[in-house]
Amino acid sequence: MELVVLLKQVPDLAEELEIDPSGTDLARDWLSLVTSEWDEYALEEALQVRDLVGGAVTCLALDTGSVDEMLATCLARGADRVIKVGSFDRPPDSHTAARAFAAALRGLPHDLVLTGVQAIDDLDGQVGPLVAAELDLPHVSVVTHISIGPDGRTATVHQEYAGGLVAEFELDLPAVLGVQTSREAPRYAPVSRVRQLLKTAEIGRLEVSVPADGGLVIESMAVPEASGHAEMIEGDAAAVADRIAAILRERGLARGGA
Amino acid sequence: MQELPVVKVDRIIESDHAVIDGIDISGRWNRMFSERAITEYPTEAMDWVTGLAGGESLRNCYQCGKCVPVCPVQHVGSYGPRKLNVKVLRGNNLLDDPDLWLCTTCGNCYRVCPKEVNPLEFMPAIREQAVLEGKVPAELQKVFENLQRQGNPLGEPARRRADWTADAGVPVPLISELGRPVDVLWYVSDYTSYHPRGKDAARAMARVLTALGVDFAILGAEERSDGDSARLAGEAGLFELLAEQNIRTLRKYRFNRLVVMDPHAYNAFRNHYPRLGWEGEVLHYTQFLAPLVDRIEFRSPVELEVTYHDPCYLGRNNGEYDAPRRLLEAIPGIRLVEMPHSRSNGYCCGGGGGGMWLDGFVADHVSERLSERRVREAVATVGMDGTGILSVACPYEPSRFEDAVKSTGNDGRLIVRDIIELIDQAMQPPAT
Amino acid sequence: MSADVFVLVEHRDGAVTEGTLELLGRARELAAATGGEAVALLLGGAVEPLVGQLGAAGRILALEDPALAEFTPSAWQAALVPLVRDRAPALVLAPNTGVGMDVAAGLSGATGLPLAAYATDVVIDGGSPLVTCRLYAGKIDVRVRFRDGRGIATVVAGAFPAEAGRVAGSPAVERVAPPALDTRVRFRAFHRPEAGDVDITRESILVSIGRGIGEQENIELVEELAAALGGAVSSSRPIADAGWLPRTRQVGKSGLRVKPKLYLALGISGAPEHLEGMRDAELIIAVNTDPRAPIFGVADYGAVADILDVVPALTKRLTG
Repeated sequence: MELVVLLKQVPDLAEELEIDPSGTDLARDWLSLVTSEWDEYALEEALQVRDLVGGAVTCLALDTGSVDEMLATCLARGADRVIKVGSFDRPPDSHTAARAFAAALRGLPHDLVLTGVQAIDDLDGQVGPLVAAELDLPHVSVVTHISIGPDGRTATVHQEYAGGLVAEFELDLPAVLGVQTSREAPRYAPVSRVRQLLKTAEIGRLEVSVPADGGLVIESMAVPEASGHAEMIEGDAAAVADRIAAILRERGLARGGA
Repeated sequence: MQELPVVKVDRIIESDHAVIDGIDISGRWNRMFSERAITEYPTEAMDWVTGLAGGESLRNCYQCGKCVPVCPVQHVGSYGPRKLNVKVLRGNNLLDDPDLWLCTTCGNCYRVCPKEVNPLEFMPAIREQAVLEGKVPAELQKVFENLQRQGNPLGEPARRRADWTADAGVPVPLISELGRPVDVLWYVSDYTSYHPRGKDAARAMARVLTALGVDFAILGAEERSDGDSARLAGEAGLFELLAEQNIRTLRKYRFNRLVVMDPHAYNAFRNHYPRLGWEGEVLHYTQFLAPLVDRIEFRSPVELEVTYHDPCYLGRNNGEYDAPRRLLEAIPGIRLVEMPHSRSNGYCCGGGGGGMWLDGFVADHVSERLSERRVREAVATVGMDGTGILSVACPYEPSRFEDAVKSTGNDGRLIVRDIIELIDQAMQPPAT
Repeated sequence: MSADVFVLVEHRDGAVTEGTLELLGRARELAAATGGEAVALLLGGAVEPLVGQLGAAGRILALEDPALAEFTPSAWQAALVPLVRDRAPALVLAPNTGVGMDVAAGLSGATGLPLAAYATDVVIDGGSPLVTCRLYAGKIDVRVRFRDGRGIATVVAGAFPAEAGRVAGSPAVERVAPPALDTRVRFRAFHRPEAGDVDITRESILVSIGRGIGEQENIELVEELAAALGGAVSSSRPIADAGWLPRTRQVGKSGLRVKPKLYLALGISGAPEHLEGMRDAELIIAVNTDPRAPIFGVADYGAVADILDVVPALTKRLTG
């Protein structure tokens, strides 16, 4: 079974995010990048499916100049092949990314395309359904469970809604899935193996040329004002507990007590 | 466990009648065995361990049991290199065994072992294999990822590593901004930079160094974790990655000595960085300050009983027991009382060897935390009549011991302070 | 081309979702500014029972077919593409839920109509839509316009008041024949969460825990506090994912929406997905060791402290 995973990097939220002088983009100098969390779930699911039904996992990432380590990590986790697609000065919007991935996929066998259901910077929508639209493939997002049908031509997935409600779908392959979570936590990629692979592994290259247009014009970016900030309680734990208990009593929410 | 092969004794030689020099040793008195098997178990599992670089000494164990009373985990569970040796002899695969992760590499067993079985070497060797197979407890995996991304185990932004300096009360120079060589490059460490209790010690150290007129500077946001505990927890590759980053940074600057707060960093710089390309004079802060203790101007006595917890990686594993004590004894008012487990027989706090990041995991396998046990000992030593102080010299310890004070119900009986905090406190003018 | 504002109606078990009502309420205002109508896009098996809930719409475009009875991504998307293409509304609003995310991005890709996701506000400014989107786990707001002044916005729950969408009335229904349906994705079944546990949507006091709880055994401390308050323990997503509490205790976008009298947020950072589930609580008190935690933006009272210290101290004070 040919499984293809689409991955990208996003800013690490552990860092403070700042706006650049133009006011329409993040200040990128100090940004550290990490693999988008949901893409890691997508990769883990792809590996799990491959280990169950056989086949190969190919990882694609758009070449923004910083993806080698991420792709080496995919190999360290067990992916069979990794390919850098296109060439981009800065991370493209989702629509442009989808066109690039779709162009690459047209030249690669694919039974199941997996990507994270969303990413923290998906201003113009999620890559999964956009790729599906480009390739006219069925897709389901917010997927929490994947199993492949016995003939390898269909898959059964669960889509998660609020309140723990889950819908089960059967879909024809090839298809695109937006993965919400993986059945096991993404497996660890030991540093020594990643470093080894960075030196020795082959990272494929696919040239694509697509129009860059996300359809949106960014007017401004800002750090949100905390609308109505909390009244902060000072002091040590005892003082905090005292004050909270007092507030609760004032509001009639605490029962009696000392 | 595998099925054990049946031991067959091949031949018994016995003479029904034997009289030697008039002594009758007929029958069973002269019984001899031929080709007796001296190992009853398949050796593959042990061969695998001893085939790993660092794994060799596990085979040396002959089950004498001297490690049993000194292993801190044995006190709260069933553990020790002796047990691990038996498991491996019987063919067990430690990679799937929780016992692989309970050792803190405190080194007390190695100290007493007549055959020099050394977990400080075989633990990281076996654990590395577990890591390569992805068999890492989830807590630990998160920490490895934090170390890779932000250069510290807490996952705090690398950029903010020197933010603590803002409240130090004294200027803390960055060596990159000084633009000149310094006498002391002070390597601050992860917990000292980011953890609230660590930052208390950092600020105290800054004030003490300033008061002594020491020519010092820090690396600031360029500093990366020493990674020593990650190494002992099986991520040798991560340790090397961090070391490479640190060495590249260290080579940019000129300084006479490196002074560290953290015994784990001390261990890394002193014992493991040389093979990776950096060598220099490394001192734990107590070793640096002890010779200067007469120059410290103490203004307020600390009238309390104090006991000192020897950190495994400063004391037993690197031989420094005296410098911290000299500092404590110099503080006016302090009455230093030793715990029963002290100096080379100190009892581990549970944080070493990755233990700092395995508390959730370990809790399922021990009757109480090592830090709780140690706190009880400290309370029995200095906390019975009034409040005593447990003084420490490792940034892993304040949070571990303070949590343990609470969880053992000893709030009010024991205060935990880094030695540097006590020095700083005693240097302040008396509270009016 | 029209000046209408389309709203994708999400419904389940015969009821239009709260999120849909929020969008309808807003659509009315926006349509007034564009000079068009708020039009509800209603897809389903039998739409009649839902019409009365959509009084806020000017009119309803209904695609009724048994094959559309249960939501399936491909079928709904395929049904909407020609409709949106032909009618060319000024703006399409969809909820930023699984349904909305499934359909909106695909719609954008297929029609070429731009899409702004994670919208927290939509206004008409200078004749065309101006959308505010919240990205990077709530850390950055981006204001955008559509390239040609027309587009789709997926809106996060709670952005607009649902009250404005609760209007009595049954708007005119225009029935549109659904096109040949895309059956490549087929609905099979719903799996509902096991009942029998506490229904947190009915509790008036919730003591909610997040990653700051540290280890599973600490949950006991929180149970004691909840008992002292006569409330129940709920959680953010990571706790449910770890299996420490049943999924039915999970508050948030993929959990439950709650409006208790008191919501104690302990060790919860306040990611947007979680805030969606509890921001309407009457009194929110948050305790977290991170002074920059977004939860403090919605809380009424906050404290930067270790919950493992505060919780037992608070329990003690409440039980005397």
